[in-house]
Amino acid sequence: MVSVRRRTAGAGAASSVVAVTSVLRLDGVDRSFGDRQALKNVSFEVAAGRMTGFVGGNGAGKTTTMRIILGVLAADAGQVTWQGAPVSREARRRFGYMPEERGLYPKMSVREQVVHLGRLHGMTAEAARRSTDALLERVGLTERADDLLETLSLGNQQRAQIAAALVHDPEVLVLDEPFSGLDPLAVDTVVGVLRERAAAGVPVLFSSHQLDVVERLCDDLVIIAGGMIRAAGSREQLRRTYTSPRFELVVDTDAGWLRDEPGVTLVDLDGARAVFDLAPGADEQPVLRAALARGPVRAFRPVTPSLTEIFREVAQ
Amino acid sequence: MNTVQATRLVAAREIRVKLRDRTFLFSTLLFLLIAAAATVLPPLLSGGPSSVAVTAQAAGPLRDAGLEVRTVPDDRAAEQAVRDGEVDAAVVSGPTVLALDEAPDDVVNALSTQPPVRLLDPDAVDPVAAFLVPFVFAFIFFITSQVFGVQIAQSIVEEKQTRIVEILVAAVPVRALLAGKLVAGTVLALGQIALVALVAVAGMAFSDAGGLLPLLGPAIGWFIPFFLLGFVLVAAMWAAAGALVNRQEDIAGVSTPVQLAVMLPFFAVVFLNDNATAMRFLSYLPFSSPTAMPLRLFTGDAAVWEPVLALVLLLVAAAAFLLAGARVYEGALLRTNGRTSIRAAWRSRETVG
Repeated sequence: MVSVRRRTAGAGAASSVVAVTSVLRLDGVDRSFGDRQALKNVSFEVAAGRMTGFVGGNGAGKTTTMRIILGVLAADAGQVTWQGAPVSREARRRFGYMPEERGLYPKMSVREQVVHLGRLHGMTAEAARRSTDALLERVGLTERADDLLETLSLGNQQRAQIAAALVHDPEVLVLDEPFSGLDPLAVDTVVGVLRERAAAGVPVLFSSHQLDVVERLCDDLVIIAGGMIRAAGSREQLRRTYTSPRFELVVDTDAGWLRDEPGVTLVDLDGARAVFDLAPGADEQPVLRAALARGPVRAFRPVTPSLTEIFREVAQ
Repeated sequence: MNTVQATRLVAAREIRVKLRDRTFLFSTLLFLLIAAAATVLPPLLSGGPSSVAVTAQAAGPLRDAGLEVRTVPDDRAAEQAVRDGEVDAAVVSGPTVLALDEAPDDVVNALSTQPPVRLLDPDAVDPVAAFLVPFVFAFIFFITSQVFGVQIAQSIVEEKQTRIVEILVAAVPVRALLAGKLVAGTVLALGQIALVALVAVAGMAFSDAGGLLPLLGPAIGWFIPFFLLGFVLVAAMWAAAGALVNRQEDIAGVSTPVQLAVMLPFFAVVFLNDNATAMRFLSYLPFSSPTAMPLRLFTGDAAVWEPVLALVLLLVAAAAFLLAGARVYEGALLRTNGRTSIRAAWRSRETVG
């Protein structure tokens, strides 16, 4: 399988060019709960206008990190800065947050509580009402706006939760598992809304254990395991760094001879079809020529490794 | 936005939600009906002069006394009328007053001459009022602080249970959340009491028991500050209790000490209200002073400086409980796994800048 290599990915190097100041940055954040150290020297950046996926297994430290960004938990050491300054309570009020564990007031109408949350974030009553109506329209809840939250389906409650996180037009968005529990249509709606915000220059940090969704969505990726950041950077950069070049070859006869080609590591062999990795620096053209020498080649193409593979490699 | 504005928003939401809550509206309505019934009904029910059966020649003085007189041919018929329940009493030759099971005072008075009475201390409280009024004060404080205390705890648990607390804490200072709930609880409690008091006073005026009002005035005047501070003290304990648990079902488990802290002083005041030494002690003890001190003021055996001292003691206690309650609240609010111990909550406050 994949060989174990540890290389440093230049964290955020590709992204921070856009606007150096509009960056949410964590610097050497530590946090312990009793004897258990939940975060060790966590540092990464979320750049303006980028969707940053935050990936890690259960208990890796995603939620703790997000809670520290939002000031719900305190860091034992290190700091969180936004636009170059340590994040104050006043600054956090302009952050949007969707906690992992969902919840709004069950006995309040959707509209009323979204307006209430807008006001708690410092909006005037009028501005909060306008923003709420626009958002509920956007997430498709206008018809249910005056219904009590508890009468809504779980998917619709989730949409309301998104509206609650966005009502005050936040400068920074931090969303813990925003897609869990959503049906595909709702995922598309939420993805659309988040992309709009990112396009408007908002740094968006979202965690998810659904790696396929992250793969589809994120510009940048932060991988955490055991409370430590294992990799951070743009998706393509991480792909290049953490996976060897992989190819798929389809011939007419058995492809087992690939096993003996120099620089080739077979990943999967199914008669005439083979998937193999190339050693770093090795060229794929000699392999193709060797295949052609043995008979017709029906397919020969590079295989893009999925996030899952990167994650497996990095987070073990 | 500062803490005060945040507190106001939180309190406004609590009040708005409560005013739409059917249970709350129904209980308020029930209290109002009880207050109206308690003040209006007794005079109406006990009212009306006795009816009395008597022979024509003896009817004069009874009729002059304003009694409802029914003339009967003889004593035998008079007695039969009483036995049949047609009249309350009868007067037969002797004169003897006949009644079934209770001496009819108004009939007896109409037939007697009484010595003149001169009251030396005309303000002294009628013994029935002397028992009822303090009981009503103690009862109001007891019921209100329990009912609204539970509601504060429930509202805190609701926010923990639904996890909305995390969004709230990210948006506003934890202290504003707590302050908003306490303010809302106090406003609602006072509002409900004021409504009930208004109906009671109107009822007393209507039913002519208004003579008690001037006497009650000072006691009520003192009851309000005592009630306010006492309520804050109890509410702070309820808030801390609520923050320690995650499910509505668990409130009962953690709130036993809080309930006892309100219940024991209540029963002490009710049962010891004629024991001067005990009452003196209870009227300074912060948990019982909200009921015991207004009672001593009502019965007129407290010196002018005494309620002031008791109020200062209560203020100090309320402030201390408020600070301690706030600390437990802050430490326990975000612990959403199972029940938190007071010790853990006390130590684990997050100090976020």
